[in-house]
Amino acid sequence: MSTTAITPPGVARRGSRRGAPARRLLWRLGGGLVVLFAVSVVVFAVTQALPGDLPRLILGTDADEVQIEALRLQLGLDRPPLEQYLSWLGGVLTGDLGTSLGSGRPVAEVLGFRILNSFTLITISMLIAVPLSMVLGVLTAARRDSLGDRALLGFSMVTNALPDFVLGTLLIVLLGTTVLPLFPPVSLFPPGDLPWWYPAQLVLPVMTLTIMAVTYLYRLVRSSVIDVLDSEYIQMARLKGLAGPVVLFRHALPNAVIPAIQASSIVFAVSLGGLVVIENLFAFPGVGSALSSAIATHDIPVLQACVLLIAATFFVCNTIADLLSARFGWGNR
Amino acid sequence: MSAPRAGRGRSVTWTWQLIVGVTAITMTCLLAFVGPFLAPHSTSEILGRPFGPPEPGALLGFDVLGRDVVSRLLSGGLSLVTMATIAASLGTIVGAFIGLVAASASPRVDAVIMRCLDLVLAFPTIVLALLFVAILGAHPALIVGIVALGHTPSVARIVRGAAGSIVSRDYVAWARSIGMRWSTIMTREVIPNIMSPLMVEFGLRLMWSVGSIAALSFLGYGIQPPAADWGLMVSENKSALSQQPLSVVAPILAIAVFTIGANLIAEGLARHVARTEGRSR
Repeated sequence: MSTTAITPPGVARRGSRRGAPARRLLWRLGGGLVVLFAVSVVVFAVTQALPGDLPRLILGTDADEVQIEALRLQLGLDRPPLEQYLSWLGGVLTGDLGTSLGSGRPVAEVLGFRILNSFTLITISMLIAVPLSMVLGVLTAARRDSLGDRALLGFSMVTNALPDFVLGTLLIVLLGTTVLPLFPPVSLFPPGDLPWWYPAQLVLPVMTLTIMAVTYLYRLVRSSVIDVLDSEYIQMARLKGLAGPVVLFRHALPNAVIPAIQASSIVFAVSLGGLVVIENLFAFPGVGSALSSAIATHDIPVLQACVLLIAATFFVCNTIADLLSARFGWGNR
Repeated sequence: MSAPRAGRGRSVTWTWQLIVGVTAITMTCLLAFVGPFLAPHSTSEILGRPFGPPEPGALLGFDVLGRDVVSRLLSGGLSLVTMATIAASLGTIVGAFIGLVAASASPRVDAVIMRCLDLVLAFPTIVLALLFVAILGAHPALIVGIVALGHTPSVARIVRGAAGSIVSRDYVAWARSIGMRWSTIMTREVIPNIMSPLMVEFGLRLMWSVGSIAALSFLGYGIQPPAADWGLMVSENKSALSQQPLSVVAPILAIAVFTIGANLIAEGLARHVARTEGRSR
């Protein structure tokens, strides 16, 4: 019986050259920054450089020439596109996101509390979804092919397929209005008030986001734990006579921190994708509903800010999740 | 539970997922394509009071304007299913093509292609669609194009991965060296081997296309009123959910059945692919 140390498969081996992984990381990050800049170019181009006559689009077809000319000057549309982009980008990077065309107030002020609201929504669902997915993933992996495992897999297959607003509406029907009227179907609260003062209004949107995230995430955890459990490393640990639960919890769960960070970034990204629709469904005053009302009122600065914010955060979360899974090999599709 | 494989060729093991999935999709497609001809009333005629309860001529009651829910349900699937199918097909075909190009190209070209795809992937599909619709208007062709565009990076990645291992094999290098055309190499060697994962991917893309397009209509930036559309019906009738839930639940269930069916087909095909490649999970 050898006494050599057995390394769990979750720990990555060191690169053959010192600093090679760090160099690769820097390369990836550099590439990521390039993409972020490209995202800003796309957002700017579509909303400001592409449209033929932006002031007319904003003011409507029966606006007179004087108003259109005034708006054109106000928005700085008479300057060359590159100069417009650079001044816009400069503003974004220094926190000046322009002035809302709808209310006349600075965009940062209009969006400030909405960002807080959306962030609260996503964070609460993350705080529930990540531990829940870990627990469910480990339990179903340990009791593979049992009735509970199959039932949960079937349920997740069904729920994952549903578009977010379908799931949200079903929850409203089940828990909000028709079957069991427990929670308010709308999550409207006065702007400027803190979202956690209205816990009942948060339940249904948080539940929608959490279910969406958990049904996706727990399967990643499950297959990762199954891989570890099936590995020779665990067979060896079992042969050594270690008891079942000890094997599971001390050896099959590597560093809980890294998978938790990866899980969080995945949940964040999944929630961001559904944020616009879910906020609209529940009339929740966040960035997503600001985006759709900005479209309706042609409030270009707010539209630019919302899209840029959502896309940048989405990209950063996905990049973090990608980097972590490439390094630690978790949840490869 | 699964039927024995019959003879040579690619016959599929009929698991319960495939059976349920195909049934669900068929039922929804029948509803979407044949439904408009079976509608008892017009979709725009006001026949009762707003949110009126079900009665003998209108089994699901009336919607926000007093129109018959049954007729609107029967007519509301056509544009959604058509647009979603086109978007999924377009996204899969174009994405596969890009993936094949990336797999056979030099590492530099491959890296450039991947970076461009990363740019598209940076946007959640709904946000990308809203960005263009905000400026250019809610035209069906634009929506289909953007949703298809949203699919291309993921499909390209998968095809690039699957084709990459084939392209690097010796006989492909030999075929290239004797001057065989790239398109011949692709059609004869590569494409038959990637069909299975591609079919799985198409199922998933169909599911997400329906989700995105229905969500766009729900937000008001897809199919426009007074047209009948399942996504639009949900947003129109949502306000009276407590008194007339049927006007919302019916389109919700129709969308749900379609997306679940597409997901089940993708799952069933994925299991079949995994089995034929000798791995089981």
